[in-house]
Amino acid sequence: MRRTSLFPIHKELDAKIVEFAGWEMPVQYEGVRAEHCVVRRQAGLFDISHMGEIEVTGKEAARFCQLVTTNDLGRLDNFQAQYTLFCNFRGGVVDDVILYRFSDERLLFCVNASNRTQVLEWLKGLSHMCDVEITDRSHEFAQVAIQGPASEPILSKTVGEDLGVLQSFSFRSLNWSGKDLTISRTGYTGEDGFEIFLPWQDGQNLWTELTTVGKQYGLKPCGLGARDTLRIEMGYSLYGHEINERVSPFDAGLGKYVKMYKEDFIGKEALQDALSKGSKNKVVGFEMIARGIPRQGYDILKNGVSLGKVTSGTLSPTLDKSIGIGYLNKEVEHGGRIEIWIRGTAREALVVDLPFYKRQGRASIKTQSIKN
Amino acid sequence: MTQIPDEPRYTDEHEWALEGKGLLVIGITDHAQEALGEIVYVELPSEGDEIAKGDSFGAVESTKAVSDLYAPVKGEIIEVNEALFNSPEIINEDPYGEGWLIKVRPHDPTELDDLMDHEDYAEFLEKDIG
Repeated sequence: MRRTSLFPIHKELDAKIVEFAGWEMPVQYEGVRAEHCVVRRQAGLFDISHMGEIEVTGKEAARFCQLVTTNDLGRLDNFQAQYTLFCNFRGGVVDDVILYRFSDERLLFCVNASNRTQVLEWLKGLSHMCDVEITDRSHEFAQVAIQGPASEPILSKTVGEDLGVLQSFSFRSLNWSGKDLTISRTGYTGEDGFEIFLPWQDGQNLWTELTTVGKQYGLKPCGLGARDTLRIEMGYSLYGHEINERVSPFDAGLGKYVKMYKEDFIGKEALQDALSKGSKNKVVGFEMIARGIPRQGYDILKNGVSLGKVTSGTLSPTLDKSIGIGYLNKEVEHGGRIEIWIRGTAREALVVDLPFYKRQGRASIKTQSIKN
Repeated sequence: MTQIPDEPRYTDEHEWALEGKGLLVIGITDHAQEALGEIVYVELPSEGDEIAKGDSFGAVESTKAVSDLYAPVKGEIIEVNEALFNSPEIINEDPYGEGWLIKVRPHDPTELDDLMDHEDYAEFLEKDIG
């Protein structure tokens, strides 16, 4: 089992530690609901050092990334980031990632911890197509996310630079007390916020400094539990839940990150095929009407007939309702009734639009879409 | 430190059962509530329902996880702790007291003897968590 460089801090804070993708990670400190709400109202600090970082360098690095991802890298300037997907030749999702473009010859993928080795092998296997080098730099980077409306003042004050000018899905590299930081205005919570890459051994330094500066803003440490409930409220996909290598991005509601006009990319042919055949399998959001919390794997029915399965569910701390995401193999209109099979009984639920939660206020203008 | 009072009997699914006035009060142990984290939802049977030993009779859930409840004995539900429906966190705060789940009239009181006493349960936990 691996530990991040922040593990001693989590222990000191008496976090509850769980195993996640081979890592010992904090699932909660004070409590999931309190941590969830602090991100919606003030700011929360997450250790996400378990995420993988895979670098692509070389003369044809940009061309390679364009070939192996579904989104259009051509629309990305240097120091911009993009939500994108790797698909396999059958059009299934290998991973969903953030791609950071430092230059045409240096790009970085931030990949799911659970997929790091598969993605690395996948990319290495494809690297003969271009003049590139693939390097796993996961062990070099600690990664910290600060998320919530107070993130900008806290982080700006901490690093001594005005980050108000940093646009959503842009990033910059800067030097902070002799340490190289890469600060990106991205996140996985639906709030304004930043993700910071820094050298592995400097994680504790930055965490401690952010905690000190953040105190007056109400900043609190947050675990993977809140990270999950926050992303569910936003309807964001999680690998192994909404997406996997047998699911097409179209079915998963990620079609806007697949640019079929691109000349060529891995999986394009299969995806073209999938598009022309059409698919009835679609991801939907739903709210429980009856009591009960939907969980991954529960059956979804309509009038007693099985329609699919739940992929994620929780009691939404913001909405105080039971919410879920799942797949239906038959169209049910929004507002339509479905049933979730929970402990031997069919419980009524309502199909609703995703996301469940929409951010209010000024900040939403600047960072409208968390996944562009 | 996990609380394991002397009086109740315990199941390997981390329920406790305490005898009194011909009824059994049933709840989940301190270890169970601690492992689950903050409990946000409780589902219990209705008064008058019959439960059979080893069957699932409901669930307690945290934001992240669901934990089924297993009946330690066969019997009839006499009372359910309705306060938990609005305030499930009571289980976290007082698992052996205010956080009780159901009261059961056992059909065969000797079934209680099959359950662990506090010393056995403490030993079981040690093995369980390692």
